[in-house]
Amino acid sequence: MTTQPIHFYQVGSFAVGNRLLDDDGRTVQSDPNRTNSLDSGHRACQGCGEALGARYAIDAAMRASQGRLVAVNATGCLEVFSTPYPETSWRIPWLHSLFGNAPAVATGVAAALKVKGKSDVRVVAQAGDGGTVDIGFGCLSGMFERNDDVLFICYDNEAYMNTGVQRSGATPPAARTATTEAIGSEAGNAFGQGKDLPRIAMAHDIPYVATATVADLHDLEDKVERAMQVHGARYLHILVPCPLGWGSASSDTIRVARLAKETGLFPVFEAVDGKVTGVSPIRHRTPVEEYLSIQGRYAHLFGEHPRTDIIARIQAMADRNITTYGLLAEEPADIDPKGVDV
Amino acid sequence: MLRQIEGSRAVAETVALCRPEVVCAYPISPQTHIIEAIGVMVASGALAPCEFINVESEFAAMSVSIGASAAGARAYTATASQGLLFMIEAVYNAAGLGLPIVMTLANRAIGAPINIWNDHSDAMAVRDAGWIQLFAETNQEAADLHVLAFRLAEELSLPVMVCMDGFILTHAVERVDLPDQAQVDAYLPPYEPRQVLEPDDPVSIGAMVGPEAFEEVRYLAHLRQLDALERIPALATAFEEAFGRPSGGLVSPYRTEDADIVIVALGSVLGTIKDAVDARRDAGDRVGVLGITAFRPFPNDAVREALSGARSVVVVEKAFSIGFGGVLSTDVAMASHDTGCTLRTIVCGLGGRPITSRSLEQAFAAAALDELDSLTFLDLDHEIVERERTRMTTTRRSGPSAENILRDLGTVASRID
Amino acid sequence: MERPFAITLDVGSSHANRTGSWRVERPVYVDRLPPCNDACPAGEDIQGWLYQSEPGDYEAAWRQLVEDNPFPAVMGRICYHPCETSCNRVQLDEAVGINAVERFLGDHAIERGWSLPAAGPDSGKRVLVVGAGPAGLSATYHLKRLGHSVSLVDSAPKLGGMMRYGIPAYRLPRAVLDAEIARIVALGVDVVLDHTVDDIRRERDEGGFDAVFLAVGAQLGRRVDIPAGDSSRILDAVSLLHRVADDDPPMLGRRVVVYGGGDTALDAARTARRLGATDAVIVYRRNRDRMPAHGEELEEALDEGITMRWLTTVNSFEDDRLVLEKMRLDDEGFPQPTGEFEDLGADSLILALGQDTDLSLIDEAPNVVVDDGVVEVLPTMMTGESGIFAGGDAVPSPRTATVAIGHGKRAARSIDGYISGEEPDQPGRHELASFDRLNTWYFSDAPRTKRPELERARRQSTFDEVVEGLTEENALFEARRCLSCGNCFECDNCFGVCPDNAVIKLGPSERYKFDYDFCKGCGICATECPCGAIDMIPERI
Repeated sequence: MTTQPIHFYQVGSFAVGNRLLDDDGRTVQSDPNRTNSLDSGHRACQGCGEALGARYAIDAAMRASQGRLVAVNATGCLEVFSTPYPETSWRIPWLHSLFGNAPAVATGVAAALKVKGKSDVRVVAQAGDGGTVDIGFGCLSGMFERNDDVLFICYDNEAYMNTGVQRSGATPPAARTATTEAIGSEAGNAFGQGKDLPRIAMAHDIPYVATATVADLHDLEDKVERAMQVHGARYLHILVPCPLGWGSASSDTIRVARLAKETGLFPVFEAVDGKVTGVSPIRHRTPVEEYLSIQGRYAHLFGEHPRTDIIARIQAMADRNITTYGLLAEEPADIDPKGVDV
Repeated sequence: MLRQIEGSRAVAETVALCRPEVVCAYPISPQTHIIEAIGVMVASGALAPCEFINVESEFAAMSVSIGASAAGARAYTATASQGLLFMIEAVYNAAGLGLPIVMTLANRAIGAPINIWNDHSDAMAVRDAGWIQLFAETNQEAADLHVLAFRLAEELSLPVMVCMDGFILTHAVERVDLPDQAQVDAYLPPYEPRQVLEPDDPVSIGAMVGPEAFEEVRYLAHLRQLDALERIPALATAFEEAFGRPSGGLVSPYRTEDADIVIVALGSVLGTIKDAVDARRDAGDRVGVLGITAFRPFPNDAVREALSGARSVVVVEKAFSIGFGGVLSTDVAMASHDTGCTLRTIVCGLGGRPITSRSLEQAFAAAALDELDSLTFLDLDHEIVERERTRMTTTRRSGPSAENILRDLGTVASRID
Repeated sequence: MERPFAITLDVGSSHANRTGSWRVERPVYVDRLPPCNDACPAGEDIQGWLYQSEPGDYEAAWRQLVEDNPFPAVMGRICYHPCETSCNRVQLDEAVGINAVERFLGDHAIERGWSLPAAGPDSGKRVLVVGAGPAGLSATYHLKRLGHSVSLVDSAPKLGGMMRYGIPAYRLPRAVLDAEIARIVALGVDVVLDHTVDDIRRERDEGGFDAVFLAVGAQLGRRVDIPAGDSSRILDAVSLLHRVADDDPPMLGRRVVVYGGGDTALDAARTARRLGATDAVIVYRRNRDRMPAHGEELEEALDEGITMRWLTTVNSFEDDRLVLEKMRLDDEGFPQPTGEFEDLGADSLILALGQDTDLSLIDEAPNVVVDDGVVEVLPTMMTGESGIFAGGDAVPSPRTATVAIGHGKRAARSIDGYISGEEPDQPGRHELASFDRLNTWYFSDAPRTKRPELERARRQSTFDEVVEGLTEENALFEARRCLSCGNCFECDNCFGVCPDNAVIKLGPSERYKFDYDFCKGCGICATECPCGAIDMIPERI
C-alpha cells in the first residue's frame, strides 16, 4: 500500500520529512522549493483541513506534472477563501466557474489542451463534498462515464461549510449540522442516508480511485503521484476536518483525521479499474468514542444523557468497514463494490 | 456555393468552416440536426482538429465550453428552450467571465406546458445575461451570422448567441449560399484569448468580487456590449466585402423612409410581415418594417432613427412577459419614447402557432386606422378562453388548464382556417 | 496577458493579506531538557550525542560526549544508566539503549585512536588531585582542559581506583580502562603513584598547589563482628576484588558464601565462581525487592549459577560451618530475627557490607567537616576549608562511578572559578521535556535491540567480558530510536502541516522560524511536533 519502507529513522515514513532521509524518501511538502500552490494570505479559518489538503494534493500534482498543471475549482470554501478580490492565494493557473460544474469545466479544459496539442499539461478539478456528491454529481458522473482526462479531487468535510454548516449527501449519521440539528430522538443527521462516492466512482470503472486523509501525508502524495501517472478519469477523495463545522479544536485537525481512519470510520484505500487494490491498514485500532468525543457536532451523544445506542450504531459502521475493506493488516479485504450491501 | 439545404445543416457546415476546436453536444428538439451534422464531420475527419464531446446535460454543455474557452480553445454549442434554462447558470457565468463562446439558439417555447415549437421565450429569458444576441431572418442569415459571431465574440471577449427560429428555419430546406474555407479563414483569424489558463503565466480566473468592485465589473461588461454597437456594423461591412452579400448589421429597415407606421419584429416572421406590408402598401397605407438583427446590445439609436418619421409603431412579438406585456415592445418603447410615436403590441406565434399574412394584414389595416388595441393576441380563440375561465370560477377542482383546452379543441395541433 | 478587472487576479496577490493579525496565541520554538540529560549524573548531553550518531557521524558524537565525560567505553559497561530509566520512550515501547550506544562510541574511539581535546592554554595554576579513581580522573581531565597543571596522586600502583580495583575484569576489561585513562594522562598530567597522602595541608603547601581535590574514595570494606573460629576464613569483598585486580587472588575454596546485598556482593560471588568455587551463595538479610544491587547484575549472577539466600543473616562461622538465622520483614519493612537457624557449609565467608572512607589525611585540616564517615561539601564540591574540594565516594552520594565522574567535572569548574576569582557560569536549566508533550504517532514501531551475551559455560571459567557490544548497524538503530524529547530534530512536520504556509525552513541544521505575518495561531504545528519543541503562548495584543 504505502510504498515507503520504514527505515527506523526515528519517524520513519510518518513525518513530513526527516534530516536523515534522502530527498526521494521525503514528501513534497518537506521540500523548501515546493510550489505552495495555495500560498499564505488566504482566508481559511485557523486550522482549516481543506487548505492543508489542497496544498498537499496540488503541490504533489505539480511535482508529478513538472509544474504543468491547470486547476478548476467549484464554488465552496476553498474557492471563496482563496480568491476574494483583489487577492488570490493560488500560484498556479486556476479557474472557478460555478458550484455544480467543476467536473464539466475540467472536461472542457482537458479537451482544449488536447486539441491544442498540449498533452503535457494536466488537469485537476477540485470541489468540496457538496459540489461533488450533490450538486456536482451529474457532471461528475458524466465526466467519469466519458473517461475524460481529469483528476477530480473531493475535499470532504462532510457538510456545506461555506454557507454555514448545512447537511450534504456526505454528512455522516448523527452529525449535527444547521439543517440536521441535534433535536429530537433522531438527533443529528439520519442514519441510512448518504452516498459513498468512492464506491460510486469505482462503479464507473474509471482507471483510479483512492481515498486519503490529511493525517497521512506520505499516503496522500503517493496517491496523487500514482493518479497522475495514469490518463483518463481519476478520483481522489480526501477527508479534511473542518474545526468550525465539526466543533473540534483548530489544533486537532490532523488528529481528528487520524482518528477517523484509526477507528475504521473512514477507510483509506485505492482502487484500479473498479477493484480495490490496496488498503492503508489501521495502525492502532481505536473505539469510535475517541473520535466522536472531540467534536462538537457529536456533543449530543455525550454528557448527561449519553446516546450509547447511537454510538453503538456508529461503532457497528466502523466495524463493518474494517471487515469489508480488511483494514486490520491481518484480515483480507472482502470488497466487491457492486455486491456490498450497507 | 449555392446549396439546397436544411437550415440546421447550413449552420452546421458554416460553423465547421469557422474551425471550432471544442464542440459540445446535448440533444434537444429542434437543434439536434445541427450537432448531429457536426458530429459526423468530426468523426469523418472533415472537421479537425476538433473535440466533439457528448455531454450529459446542457448545463454540462455550457460548462465544458467555459472550460475549453478559458483554456484557449474556440468553443461552440447549441441548444433551445428547456436546455437553455437548464444551463442558465452557466450562461450568465460565461458572460461574466468574458469567454467568447458562440452558441446557436434554436428558438423554442418554454414549458409548462411542454411545447417543442417555435417562439422567442427562450431567448428573452436570458436577455439580461450579458450575451450578445443576434436574430436571423433567413437560413442564409443564420449561417452567415455564425461567421460574424465568432469574430465579434473573440474581438470583444463576450459570448454570442445566434437565434434562429426552431423548425421554421432549422428544418426548412432552402437555397443557401455557403462560403468556402478560404473565405472564412480570411475573415476569421485564429482565436487569441484575452485571458487563458497557461502554466507559463498563471492567473486565477473567477474571483469572488464584493460590493466594492461588482458595480464596476458590470459596468465594464455593459460598455463592452456598447462597443458591439460599433463593431457589428463594421464587421457586417467587412462581411459584405469578403463574401459578396450583405448580412448582419444592427437593424434591417424595409420601406421605412416615408412610413407612417413601422412594424418592428425579430427573426423569420419578418418574411411574412414584409408580404403583409407590401399588401398594405398596395392598399395605400404608408407602412414599413424594421427588422432588428442585434437584439442585445439593443440598438437604441438605430431604432430611434428608423422610427423618427413614423407616428405609430407596431411591435410584432413571439414572446410575452406574463402579467405585464410585450418584451421587445418594452425595449422599443424605451428607444422611441421621445419620438412621439404611439406603440402597439401584437403577440403571436406563441408555441409555434402559425402567423398568417391575412391576420397580419388585418391587424396592420386596423393600426392604420388607429383601431388596433394596445395589446393584441393574434388569432386568440376567445371562446376557449371564456369556457376555461367559467370552469375555473365555478369549480375549485377545475383541473389542468392545458388539458382542458386540448379537450375543447379536440385536437393537438392548432386549427387553421 | 490581460487581466480583466476583478475577475482575474495575479499570482502572489494574497500576500497583501497579513493573516497574522487573526492570532490570539502564537507558536514559539522551545528547547526543553530531555529526561536523559536531566538524569545523567555526569551531566552528559545524551540527546546531543545521540543526535550526532544518527547520521553515522560517530566522531562528532564522541566529541560531544567527551565534552562532559571522558570515559564512554567504561560507562558503556559499568554505568547503571539512570538515563534509560528516565527515558521517555519507556512509555512508548522500551527505553533507548543509550548505554549500549555509549559503549559503541567509546569502543569505536579506542579502535580509531581518537584523542581527547587538547589541554587549554596554561593558566599558571596548579591543582593537586588526591585519588585517581573516576572522580579524580574526571577532575584531572576537566582541569587540564581549563588550562591548569594537575598533579594526580594515588596510593595504588596503577591509576583507576575502584574502576580497576573494585570492578571485575569480566565487567570492565583492563585494556579498555587503560586506554581511556591513558588518553587523559596524555594531556600532560603529573602522575604520582604508590604515594599515600597523610596530611593534606602539608602536601598542598609543600607542593605549592592553588587548590586541592580529594577523591580518595571508600576503600575500606566495612567489617562487622561475627563470632568466628580462628581457622574460619573471612575476607571483605573490597580486598578480594583488589587482590584479583592485582593478579594476586586469594584461595577461597569450593564453597564460598558472600554476605551482603549490593553490587559488590554480586561481583564478589561471580569472581569467586571464576576462581574455582563450585558453590557461590549470597546471603542477604532482606528480600529481592529491598536488595540494593542492580537488576541486570543480579540477572547475570543468577544466570551464572549464583544462588541467593533471602531474609537470612550470618550468626556465626565455626571451622567450615556457618550458622545462619532466618529473618522476616516486619510491618515497616525491617528484617526481624525469627529464631530459626540452619547450618551451611562454607570454605570462606566474604563480607560485602559496605565501604568506609579513610579520611586520616584531613585530621590536620579541622575545617574540613566529616559527618557519618563522609566529607561534607557545598553544591560546588568545596569542603569547609577554602580551596579544598572533595567528591566521589568520599562525599555523601550514591556510590557509582558515574556520579563520581560528575563530581569531578563540577569540582573542576568550581576550582577554576575559585582560582580565577570568577563565579563559574551557571546556565539556567530548561524545563523538562515530559512524555505528555510528545506526539508519539510519528515514531516508528522499533523495539529495542538486545546486547548479545557470552554463553554461560564460557562465562564461568574466564574473566572474559560477559556482555558484548552492539554492531554498528544495531548501534545506529538504537541511536535512531531516540525521540529527541523537547528539541527540534528537523522532521519538517511544522513546515508541512501549517495550512497557511507560515513556517519558514531555514536549511539543514538551521531549523525553522515562524512567519508571524501569516501565522493564524491554529496550533497544529504544536500538536503535531513529535518531540514537543513548540509551545503556544498567548499573543501580545
